[in-house]
Amino acid sequence: MIAQGAIPVIPRGVRLHRDAVRDRWVLLAPEKTIALDEIGHAILSRIDGRTDFTTLIDRLAADYAAPREQIAPDVSGFIEALAERRILEVA
Amino acid sequence: MSRIPPPMAMLAELTHRCPLACPYCSNPLELEAQERELSTEDWTRVFAEAAELGVLQLHLSGGEPATRRDLTDLVRAAREAGLYTNLITSGIGLTRRRLEELDTAGLDHVQLSLQGMDAELADRIGGYKGGFARKMQVAGWIGEIGFPLTLNAVLHRQNLHQLPRALEMAQEMGARRIEVAIVQFYGWAMKNRAALMPTREQAREAEALVAEARESLKGKLVIDFVPADYHGDYPKRCMNGWGSVGLNIAPDGLVLPCHAARTIPHLEFWTVRDRSLREIWYDNPAFNAYRGDDWMKEPCRSCERKAIDLGGCRCQALAIAGDPAAADPVCVKSPAHAKMRAMAEAFNAEGESAELTYRHYA
Ligand code: SF4
Ligand code: SF4
Repeated sequence: MIAQGAIPVIPRGVRLHRDAVRDRWVLLAPEKTIALDEIGHAILSRIDGRTDFTTLIDRLAADYAAPREQIAPDVSGFIEALAERRILEVA
Repeated sequence: MSRIPPPMAMLAELTHRCPLACPYCSNPLELEAQERELSTEDWTRVFAEAAELGVLQLHLSGGEPATRRDLTDLVRAAREAGLYTNLITSGIGLTRRRLEELDTAGLDHVQLSLQGMDAELADRIGGYKGGFARKMQVAGWIGEIGFPLTLNAVLHRQNLHQLPRALEMAQEMGARRIEVAIVQFYGWAMKNRAALMPTREQAREAEALVAEARESLKGKLVIDFVPADYHGDYPKRCMNGWGSVGLNIAPDGLVLPCHAARTIPHLEFWTVRDRSLREIWYDNPAFNAYRGDDWMKEPCRSCERKAIDLGGCRCQALAIAGDPAAADPVCVKSPAHAKMRAMAEAFNAEGESAELTYRHYA
């Protein structure tokens, strides 16, 4: 699980993009295009390089009226999987 | 046939001109002259059409794309169209100033090719003296400006032993990714099969090394690996399916389903000079020729792997089996498989003494 105060970052060369032709959001990265579902987009659109993991979970919990302890592991797993592929960074 | 999906990626071969002379160059034997290259305006229109069609990722390639004087304008046009823009370069022809201009124009990512991992070998393989030193300088500027970097190395009989060094260099340069591809034989590379084809043992060793490094470098360096298919039992899925994910545009504007597709003589390719990219993608019979699996013959037609590899590479099927609709001869089920094996072994046996035939853009 990502540490409470750690800050997830979308590094240079990776960006959220509205794929109008396919009517969806994607994450564009070097040689990779990752299609995002609603949850993926909700997480990534709240990563701004300043917000730490705890605050990120707070916001998601509030916006989606979901219990923190239920979403935290999922969000952490999502970010960690992308970090392992060097698509996100955790500072 | 089921609905044709829009393309995701486009490779724009801006030019065939190149200061290097790599013996494994996959560009066709007949290079396009500068006068026949698409203009800045042509490319600008094509980028906009591509984005509208559904392309998300654009790879600017060549030849050496830096030989195009309008490279910065092209990058700007691509970004304005909304494309993720990647520059595939040897670094030769890039100055610090030019890289800064590319940065301002919005270039997303740089992919730098390595011909060898030290000056001696790199300059010999690239056929360009001082090329390695220059590349190292360019890599430094790329790092200082902060472009995300992928290294890419074509490995073959003569430089495969330097794979561990390539992985170190990637980390030293701060690359996030490295693409390691065992040489494929298209275009010019065909002339150098004997000198370049790695032995079966070398190929195996490389695979083991990559598997190990992927574990130990997890989260630090992503390794994309394209193994040598001519020593395998089953073919690779080529281009993720003919006319299904990506397209290539040659310097003169010809639109191709893959880099080597021009070698298939009965296919008639269309150019962006005459038609829109949309029309070409959906209606060019050459694009429809090997979409889906209706075109397949036996053994592919009734094979349980056909959805996995789609019968492999059409160009390789033509080159070795003499029929682009045949199974890729890499496949153990292909009647031409024995021939493919024998060829690989013959090239290997000759390999020790074979000399390199350089490709020069003249
Ligand atoms: S000669 Fe080398 S660098 Fe130039 S286009 Fe061919 S492979 Fe690329
Ligand atoms: S027979 Fe055709 S589909 Fe089956 S594994 Fe071989 S190439 Fe692939």
